Amino acid sequence: MRRAVLISVPYVWLLALFLIPFAVVFKISLSDIALAIPPYTPTAKDGIWTMLTQLDFENFVFLTEDDLYWKAYVSSLRIAVISTILTLIVGYPMAYAMARAPSEWRPTLLMLVILPFWTSFLIRVYAWVGILSGEGFLNQFLLWTGVISDPLTILNTNTAVYIGIVYTYLPFMILPIYSALDRLDGSLIEAAEDLGCSRIKAFWLITIPLSKNGIIAGCFLVFIPALGEFVIPSLLGGSGTLMIGKVLFEEFFSNRDWPVASAVAVILLLILIIPIVLFQRNEQRQAEAEQ
Amino acid sequence: MKKMMLSTAAIVALTGAAMADEVRVYNWSDYIDEELLTKFEEETGLKLIYDVFDSNEVLETKMLAGSSGYDVVVPSGTFLQRQISAGAFQKLDTSKLSNAENLWDVVEARTAQYDPGNEYSINYMWGTTGIGVNVGKVQEILGEDAPMGSLDLIFDPANMEKLQACGVHFLDAPTEMIPAALKYIGEDPDSHDPDVLAKAEPILTAVRPYVQKFHNSEYINALANGDICVAFGWSGDILQARDRAAEAENGVEVAYNAPSEGALMWFDQMAIPVDAPNPEGAHKFLNFILDAQNMAQASNYVYYANGNLASQEFLVEDVIGDPAIYPDAATLENLYTTTPYPARVQRTVTRMWTKVKSGT
Repeated sequence: MRRAVLISVPYVWLLALFLIPFAVVFKISLSDIALAIPPYTPTAKDGIWTMLTQLDFENFVFLTEDDLYWKAYVSSLRIAVISTILTLIVGYPMAYAMARAPSEWRPTLLMLVILPFWTSFLIRVYAWVGILSGEGFLNQFLLWTGVISDPLTILNTNTAVYIGIVYTYLPFMILPIYSALDRLDGSLIEAAEDLGCSRIKAFWLITIPLSKNGIIAGCFLVFIPALGEFVIPSLLGGSGTLMIGKVLFEEFFSNRDWPVASAVAVILLLILIIPIVLFQRNEQRQAEAEQ
Repeated sequence: MKKMMLSTAAIVALTGAAMADEVRVYNWSDYIDEELLTKFEEETGLKLIYDVFDSNEVLETKMLAGSSGYDVVVPSGTFLQRQISAGAFQKLDTSKLSNAENLWDVVEARTAQYDPGNEYSINYMWGTTGIGVNVGKVQEILGEDAPMGSLDLIFDPANMEKLQACGVHFLDAPTEMIPAALKYIGEDPDSHDPDVLAKAEPILTAVRPYVQKFHNSEYINALANGDICVAFGWSGDILQARDRAAEAENGVEVAYNAPSEGALMWFDQMAIPVDAPNPEGAHKFLNFILDAQNMAQASNYVYYANGNLASQEFLVEDVIGDPAIYPDAATLENLYTTTPYPARVQRTVTRMWTKVKSGT
């Protein structure tokens, strides 16, 4: 009996915080737009049976008819993949340097990585507006040093979005890689070098494979939230930045089309389920291997 | 345990009491002299919670979701009309609005188009949608005779291509941009015919690559700082940019022109949501705004005309004497108004807008 209660806790959690909200969104995605409060029809007020009979997949059909949505999903995937790779390129050396630093420095270095979380995410992204704008710090500095003669247009472009995503999600990449590298047995590299491996070769043959799980975890932690990102593209991106998070906001707030917005959200969730399941599997395998 | 429940009950009671002394107002950004907010609190003893938005669409989403928690909101005419028909507002109790006699019948006659009999709303301010330019930069790029007062400036791709380097912002409001594009090609800006509306798309798409951003409030600072040189936006906002640039003495000269082809005239109306937690306080706020001196103070600060006749004697010459704010008869002739789109057309319009903005 106590076992059942104990096991049911996570299920109740899942039901209340995931399945019920999902069912609500899914139901709205099958409704029709209306000028009323709430702005869709039918609702439970019409009676459950009438409501169920009036639902249809019209909004999902609509999503396939307009290539905007398809393009937005593809463009979001591209932006998420590129920024994940960029984050990895920036994050790996940092994690590596941290893991190789003298042990008395490590807590401080870890602290420095986590420190930005102490301020609001929104404020940090907004600060980039001040840095990247035409009259911003970066351009002022580059003009002053004479590297450029005309201010660069970075703000309101995809470049600014990449900068924003890499900056924001960097800690999510560094921390799992660091924890993998931290556990790495240094004698393995020594052994490789003793056996005639160059340092670079030893890095590729020993360090990278042994930190693979950290890399995979870091990539998913960056990729999954980046795919549905809304704040960064809307503050730093321009009119040409097409991301599904922005489309979702537009459908909901500008077009006031809750049914279509819900359909977009349902599809986004379906797309995300694939990497999430892969991620879970990897974690599970790792846990099993450690046992 | 019992103690905890008691204190919870006390907290509930306290917040309940707080609600009755609170008025929550949801107004457009950069749309009031903030001194007025403190003055209202001092005069009435009510606590004022003042939030801002910058798009009618966002406001409508909140209104149609219901339980917004606001006591006073400020939709523009066409949106007000849609939301009234959705049942989002309550009728005003005129017995609580002793200052309503200050209202200007000329404006009331026009707002009755959206709210018949003005039963649900009072006019806060009104204005036009037009072109804000950084005079120096635009003349530097397009020459002394740049068409700064014509829609040619923003809808002729040849001009826009040259202007893109210094930055152009458009409003993120399909109900303002599409009528302007229709006016530019000589169509009825208030057309609800999908075939006519479709003609606006190529006009907007042709200049879209040169638009840095579609936004409803950022252009005030961007114009004032010299970050952009052209904005298609709301009259008072551009005049505020002019003022901020002059104050900063940064060498930026901003000017506002209502397009010579014709400009959209809009009305922002204060209304009380049907589920307002404190309708009593909401009426007090409306009556405070209807006071001639208060209204004049707001207009003098934000450079928008208001619907309050009695306030006119307190307006500074900069406001009442500026035809960009209080249009003379000739300009007035050149202004047009729009009506809400039916639901089916609305979807066509928003779809077109999403397409234009995202470039697909």
